[in-house]
Amino acid sequence: MLEHESISNLTHSKTTGLPRKRFYRARAHSNPLSDSHFPVPISPSQFDYTLHYPKINSSKKIEFADIGCGFGGLLISLSTLFPDKLMIGMELRDKVTEYVKERILALRVSNPGQYENVSVVRTNSMKYIPNYFEKGQLSKMFFLFPDPHFKEKNHRRRVISPHLLDEYAYVLRVGGIIYTITDVEELGVWMKSCLDGHPLFEAVSEDELEADPVVKLLSTATEEGQKVARNEGQTFRAVFRRTAPCVLD
Amino acid sequence: MEDNNMEESEQKLEIEVAPALITVHPAQESVSVAVGSNLRVFNLKDGCGVKLIDENGGHKDSIRAIRYSKSGHLLVSAGDDKLVKIWGTNSWRCVHSVVSEKRVSALAISNDGMFVCFADKFGVVYVVDIGGDYDFENAAVAKKKAFPILSHYCSIITRLEFSPDGRYIVSADRDFKIRVTLFPKKPENGAHEIHSFCLGHTEFVSCLAFVSSKDYPNGFLVSGSGDSTVRLWDYASGSLLDTCDVGAEAGNLHSNGKQEDILSAVTDLCATSDGSLVAVAIQSLPGIMLLKCKLYSRTLSVAKVVHVAGETFIPTSLGASSSVPLLWMVMGASSSNIHDFESLARVRVVSGFTTTNDSESLVSEKLVLADKEVPGGEPLLQALQGKLTIGKEAFVMAAEAVQTSMRNLLIKKQYSAERREFRKRGRNDKKNQTID
Ligand SMILES: C[S@@+](CC[C@H](N)C(=O)[O-])C[C@H]1O[C@@H](n2cnc3c(N)ncnc32)[C@H](O)[C@@H]1O
Repeated sequence: MLEHESISNLTHSKTTGLPRKRFYRARAHSNPLSDSHFPVPISPSQFDYTLHYPKINSSKKIEFADIGCGFGGLLISLSTLFPDKLMIGMELRDKVTEYVKERILALRVSNPGQYENVSVVRTNSMKYIPNYFEKGQLSKMFFLFPDPHFKEKNHRRRVISPHLLDEYAYVLRVGGIIYTITDVEELGVWMKSCLDGHPLFEAVSEDELEADPVVKLLSTATEEGQKVARNEGQTFRAVFRRTAPCVLD
Repeated sequence: MEDNNMEESEQKLEIEVAPALITVHPAQESVSVAVGSNLRVFNLKDGCGVKLIDENGGHKDSIRAIRYSKSGHLLVSAGDDKLVKIWGTNSWRCVHSVVSEKRVSALAISNDGMFVCFADKFGVVYVVDIGGDYDFENAAVAKKKAFPILSHYCSIITRLEFSPDGRYIVSADRDFKIRVTLFPKKPENGAHEIHSFCLGHTEFVSCLAFVSSKDYPNGFLVSGSGDSTVRLWDYASGSLLDTCDVGAEAGNLHSNGKQEDILSAVTDLCATSDGSLVAVAIQSLPGIMLLKCKLYSRTLSVAKVVHVAGETFIPTSLGASSSVPLLWMVMGASSSNIHDFESLARVRVVSGFTTTNDSESLVSEKLVLADKEVPGGEPLLQALQGKLTIGKEAFVMAAEAVQTSMRNLLIKKQYSAERREFRKRGRNDKKNQTID
């Protein structure tokens, strides 16, 4: 998928060779419930790593997932911070996904040997997470500035919900970390309360957050985060660890 | 808004038709059939039809699921009227009526009879604590509260099933997913611990059954799908053990060169109590396909197809008790579009639905019982079918109505090229399967 190149020079900057974002603008919000048509692996064992990570030893598995990765800023930062880990962005909007693909390809070309550990798929993460990852495969999941879906009746479209957390707990290994951040206070409170109420997650302590280099990226690395920072907006963060189930149920 | 549209169009598709359902008391003391909003029960102990007692006048819309508890003390029915009705099988009184927010698509009762679980049209599974089914009928008629325990994100759940040891609840959906979840001691707080996903089907999963035996008490899971396969799973790990392409087999039977015309979605499954045989109902296959299931080698293979002489009998639902070696089948559908056949159902029974010892001769002894040989005889057929004899013409038309309705129910609109590609790939993948 990443290999086939169909984008003309027009859409890429002449000087940097990177894709220009304005050619990949798409509708701001997607409805994750509407039936879309894109290929989905039948099971994690059928996800084709060689397409996504052609230079990486094929026995390695993806460990980080950025859900609703948008234009991919976080992945780009993580890629060099964790050169040994495979990571993937999951994005619902077609054009945005195309943009991220092109961005990664361009970075691989201009920085030989780097960015080989990062890729992106177009998918509805709310439906197909178990098709991509096995039980306990992931060590980090990211949900940065997700769509707020304010109306009560649309709360079930939120990408963090009590029931979806069951699936995230399934793909995260014990000790794995889920990172969430938003500039919408109501959503921040919601995400934190969902995580607090879930038996398989516990809050990560402030000391640990201080020591975790990833935490700083949450508000600075993504396009949405940078926009919020420019407008000097407040952010609300919830970072939780996957715990072992209590033996007594 | 888009959201509502989706719901409405789904609803239209769903309201159109409801296949007839059949379920058998675990000791074959009674047999129940649902056609449309009509619940019919025949008491085999007394040899008479049952008059159900319900202050609220029974179901108001199509019934989508019926089930006995393991002990046989209760029967549960639920469907499009958003009601889950729990009936005592002594008094045949509706003891509880649980209100669901959405229409109900599937039901399961925990093995100990403590909990009734149901799934709604939004993919949410609810639990109701009924406090055990033993002294159930003396319990006061009370409103029981349903708690959501898990959810398949916006996919319709087609089946719910408890594992033989009662530890897991398995849910299958219209998207090809099968989820195995630990059923906790206090399920009201939710069933959060997903044990595995059984992924491999490339179309909606229409039915589930467990196969277990003395040697394999926890057994394995079998599933049927719109991809015209039946699959055998190690549900503990989610790994696929075997795939039986029943669609191809059914197509071969119609060797009149019109193989493409066979709509071969699997509509229902029923396993013998020793797990050695699995009966498979296929969307437009007249008769029933029997699969041999070898638990020690973990394989599924076609044993034979039992034809029904003299009529085009395409079963819509299957049932069996745990003690009597009979397979019960019903064919029928109700729909607002086919008023004439509103309540038409045909019941047939196959004998010898039991252990095969791998002997081919035994397999060939499966017989479709004549109407007068069916337990309960004519009174049973009168009660469950609505009428005793079904005119030949009416039967042919009913068969057509059933086929159309099953197609509407099971086949989702048009496939895009992409999706077709995806299905094709799924088929090829099967050939390269390895057992882990
Ligand atoms: C507000 S943006 C944030 C993007 C990025 N995380 C950032 O911080 O810049 C939310 C993104 O989530 C994507 N999204 C929404 N629902 C999704 C789903 N179900 N699956 C995958 N992506 C989804 C949207 O298309 C959108 O790009």
